Amino acid sequence: MSSENGRNLRPLSLHVPEPKFRPGDAVDFNDFDIPPAGAVARPAIDADPSAMAGHAYALVRVLDEEGRAVGPWDPKLSPERLIRMLRHMALTRAYDDRMYRAQRQGKTSFYMKCTGEEATAIGAAHALDRDDMVFPSYRQQGILIARDWPLIDMMNQVYSNKGDRLKGRQMPIMYSAKGASFFSISGNLATQYPQAVGFAMASAAKGDTRIAAAWCGEGSTAEGDFHSACTFASVYRAPVILNVINNQWAISSFSGFAGAEATTFAARAIGYGIAGLRVDGNDTLAVYAATEWAAERARNNYGPTLIEHFTYRAEGHSTSDDPTKYRSAEENVKWPLGDPIARLKQHLIAIGAWDEDRHAAMDKEVAEEVRAAQKESEKLGILHDGLKQPFDSMFEDVFEEMPWHLKEQLAQMTAERKAAGI
Amino acid sequence: MSDAPETKTMNMIQAINSALDVMMGRDQDIVVLGEDVGYFGGVFKATEGLQAKHGKTRVFDTPITECGIIGVAVGMCTYGLRPVPEIQFADYIYPALDQIVSEAARLRYRSAGEYTAPITVRSPFGGGIFGGQTHSQSPEGIFTHVAGLKTVVPSNPYDAKGLLISAIEDNDPVIFFEPKRIYNGPFDGHYDRPVTPWSKHPTSAVPQGYYKVPLGKAAIVRPGEDVTVLAYGTMVHVAAAVIENQGVDAELIDLRTLVPLDMETIAASVKKTGRCVIVHEATKTSGFGAELSALVQEHCFHHLEAPIQRVTGWDTPYPHSLEWAYYPGPVRLGEALKRVMQD
Repeated sequence: MSSENGRNLRPLSLHVPEPKFRPGDAVDFNDFDIPPAGAVARPAIDADPSAMAGHAYALVRVLDEEGRAVGPWDPKLSPERLIRMLRHMALTRAYDDRMYRAQRQGKTSFYMKCTGEEATAIGAAHALDRDDMVFPSYRQQGILIARDWPLIDMMNQVYSNKGDRLKGRQMPIMYSAKGASFFSISGNLATQYPQAVGFAMASAAKGDTRIAAAWCGEGSTAEGDFHSACTFASVYRAPVILNVINNQWAISSFSGFAGAEATTFAARAIGYGIAGLRVDGNDTLAVYAATEWAAERARNNYGPTLIEHFTYRAEGHSTSDDPTKYRSAEENVKWPLGDPIARLKQHLIAIGAWDEDRHAAMDKEVAEEVRAAQKESEKLGILHDGLKQPFDSMFEDVFEEMPWHLKEQLAQMTAERKAAGI
Repeated sequence: MSDAPETKTMNMIQAINSALDVMMGRDQDIVVLGEDVGYFGGVFKATEGLQAKHGKTRVFDTPITECGIIGVAVGMCTYGLRPVPEIQFADYIYPALDQIVSEAARLRYRSAGEYTAPITVRSPFGGGIFGGQTHSQSPEGIFTHVAGLKTVVPSNPYDAKGLLISAIEDNDPVIFFEPKRIYNGPFDGHYDRPVTPWSKHPTSAVPQGYYKVPLGKAAIVRPGEDVTVLAYGTMVHVAAAVIENQGVDAELIDLRTLVPLDMETIAASVKKTGRCVIVHEATKTSGFGAELSALVQEHCFHHLEAPIQRVTGWDTPYPHSLEWAYYPGPVRLGEALKRVMQD
């Protein structure tokens, strides 16, 4: 067609991004430039976002190759706090492994792991106050665990069993835990972003001291809600932390389809006039320090912060996904920023607060804790051994009070089941 | 009577403004947000004076992003506020659909009551103003189809204030559509005649203080024996004029709330008259009239003496210059009334 238009111009060409490695490819991250730990300056919490543009292209890292904490972002946490964070990460991984297996055993319909991304939830949760409201996506189960939410309650939700507070209405992992200031998870991506900003605006309007934090993946930054949230956060200087978990993959689409070939996700902040930080998401101390900085900034009315956590989704997107169909199986083992648990463990050993024996013992303990919770939860049923919620409950909570048409439908269902002899 | 509430003559905009003002005075958790609603007082002046009276942190302008306005409002509910966001025209509510349908409407259900969205989305709607394609739409059928939403359409100043107060106090999300054609006065569909202001209409006597018109309750505007006419919004006035002109003994019902619907009032009327005409501005196919027709058929089948008639907008986008051929006005409603009475 284009050659027929008579214009003496070179034909245009469409760029369609392509990831570096596909199934079967040998993975070589040699040209991946790992910025040295400790090299990025820590701005004052009231820094003007325009003076922080460099931070959007840098990578805040605290733990060096030997596991030492270096540089201005070292949060200087006590060994006890570090061990608690390590334990929360190990517990999250053990929980994921167990629930993944439960899905494979047919005990539930669906599960999503956060393997390799534990620091982005747990490092952040430790730096927030417990009553700071979090608006997570579906891959921040670590926040609930860092807030010491009972595993059995989480499992009851995954199993949709008699103990499921959400009454079997939600797919597994779409937790809701008001007691942990953990917002109800939605399947619709990025909707929680403007909601977090709205919570933060409300808190500010009321003269409260609570702040909000939201999480989404790098893929979801392409949603319109991301834009509206950043605009509102900037316009009203909302006390909110907007986290982007850049784990390189949105199901089968690599981050290039969200714009990563052109720039960083932290750099989005610059155009909105928001403070932007880019951190090593597998470095728990860097995640903690960045969140602490952003929280302090928000609490002192200096406004919002967008944090890009640079990490890697080490496993499939979900139990319905097979990553070997679209990416090299070598990627996760060769990921240059390593594993967050291994790196914090190395640091604790380097400062003399930890050793291999204690780590092995901890791994055993968390596995046992998960196993015990699973046993208790399964006493309340699993998904496929019969419907666990009373039928009437399906019609409840659509509205505060059940209107006539739902009462009519409930009566109809009851009559139909009775007539059919079930 | 000395204890009679003090009333004032108000048009529909003033009645809505009064509802917002009264409620903001009663409940410090109510906030008003939207495009141009703050300093300027709204493009239709519905929020005029509210910012000056209640402050910038309770009545404020927003960026032009409908999904942001509703998303932020849902987050404010999570904090404990009761937001009353405005969408400038119902035609522009679509960018907010994900936040309304996927979030506000389902929040109570999906969290089993842990989180709720007591939000009232106000939006001017309907045609008859030469608003063309994107200032005339009636998208109520999109919202009545969503489980978890209530949908309200007032037809006069008294109801507008009382229904809006009920909507704001309601703990569920309410879509509150304001027929902008009748903001300043009732419109009977005779576009070639001068408009009468609300002050000549009895429903413009609006109590100045707090009162409610309950959600889920229809109003019988005109009792009758021969045919039931179901209408809401501007169409209530069009129908009243046609009934008057044709001298037919029709029972005119103003639905006021579409969900939850006052089926009791509707069924009682159709069982009495045996005939039913449904009228709305929105397009026909899958419009709310289809739901009304199905419900009347289900509830009143053995009482029906004629097929149910629907008088609606055509299944086209809302045209500019051909507005009065599109509009379900007196001619079309008149013909439908004749048809239903002949059957």
